[in-house]
Amino acid sequence: MSRYFAPTTAAEAAALLAEHGGARVVAGGTDLVVAARGGKHRMPEVLIAIHGATDLASLVENEDGVRLGALTSHAWIERSPLIGSHWSALADASALVGSPATRANGTLGGNLMNASPAMDTGAPLLVFEADVELLSLRGTRTVPVADLLAGAGRTTAEPDELLTSVRLPDLPPATGSAYVRLEHRRAMEIAVVGAAALVTLGDDGRVADCRVALSAAAPTCVRAREAEDLLRGLRPDGASFRDAAALATGAVQPITDVRASARYRRAMISVVVSRALAVAAARAAGTDIAVPANRNLPTVTAGSTG
Amino acid sequence: MKYPLNVRVNGVETSVDVEPHRSLLNVLREDIGLTGPKEGCDDSECGACMVLVDGRPVNSCSYLALQTDGREITTIEGVSEPSCPHSIQQALLEEGGVQCGFCTPGIVMSAKALLDANPSCDEDEVRLALGGNLCRCTGYQKIVRAVLRAAEQLQDRAGTTG
Repeated sequence: MSRYFAPTTAAEAAALLAEHGGARVVAGGTDLVVAARGGKHRMPEVLIAIHGATDLASLVENEDGVRLGALTSHAWIERSPLIGSHWSALADASALVGSPATRANGTLGGNLMNASPAMDTGAPLLVFEADVELLSLRGTRTVPVADLLAGAGRTTAEPDELLTSVRLPDLPPATGSAYVRLEHRRAMEIAVVGAAALVTLGDDGRVADCRVALSAAAPTCVRAREAEDLLRGLRPDGASFRDAAALATGAVQPITDVRASARYRRAMISVVVSRALAVAAARAAGTDIAVPANRNLPTVTAGSTG
Repeated sequence: MKYPLNVRVNGVETSVDVEPHRSLLNVLREDIGLTGPKEGCDDSECGACMVLVDGRPVNSCSYLALQTDGREITTIEGVSEPSCPHSIQQALLEEGGVQCGFCTPGIVMSAKALLDANPSCDEDEVRLALGGNLCRCTGYQKIVRAVLRAAEQLQDRAGTTG
């Protein structure tokens, strides 16, 4: 007999999760309900619908950065001047998710906890070194996104833990970021492969720091640290980006599925990494490249990486 | 187990009892008798089931009916009376943006969500707003022209009355 609860606070939701083993949390339903209707898995027996838990929809800004409630929608992220200007890669990613209806209802917390290797927000959160708060009756714990993602459709959150918020740490000056993906079509698409990049420029104009992460290239979104290591200290130009991007291939374990073959994914990783680096570096230098970067790639970028 | 669902559908307070797993589309069509929203793919791909929940576009095939409790739903039936079509509907007729008509209710709802929020939209914004709606007949050009035409008319009207 299926049960349904609609808690109005995060604490109430956590208590329900503790009480009902096997319960699943549903926010916008754009993953859970769609997968159940498509026959991917059965609808859970106990549904805890958190859309009305208003304390999960908060936005808190402080000296550490910004904390987004789990219910923050992709539509909000896509349009937020704060996210677009400071954490551009996340805005790039949310703007590409599904359709306007998916973005209006789909949430950041849901995207993370669904843990698809092809999720668009995962790679941006990895380059920001974001962390999440998990709430249960035992208390609250903070987990880096890198440690939360455990495999395709799997997280390290306990079954009774509720993801309540995502923290985006503040970034140094002269930093830019971008998320770029390869896609077959412009709406209702899932990344063939995707890459997020973050670039901080030094006073000498060289790359002082950078981070690269990939989506749809391994069982989870992953950092490409060899590419990062190579790029530090280099000039932010097409040749450096291409050399770093070539190393990103070392971090991937692509699969063959309906969207692409493993071989094609492996070949395309360096293309999307190169593009993401170019946009991130341009943004770090103060060039205005509108969100989503995928639809606004500078022609020079496309030419130099094609 | 059934749970009470109290919603305002097209301005009418409505109460039904539904099981947790049932989709909003299913409840609208089977329990409430509103067959304007269509089941196309039943997988959020095609947009034929599009309705507005508190003014936001929702694929009703993939949204739990119970999650709309206490909220406001608008379906194609709530957009206009047959004798007096909405500007979007009139423009679709005039531009030839309707052929078989199956996708049309969803197209109108997505277009309405756009025009309610952004009446001065351009072509790119129209195409983006209709990104979750498939039409296998028209090739989209006439639909996009119709939505732009409706936007112009709505703005003219706002200009003359306001």
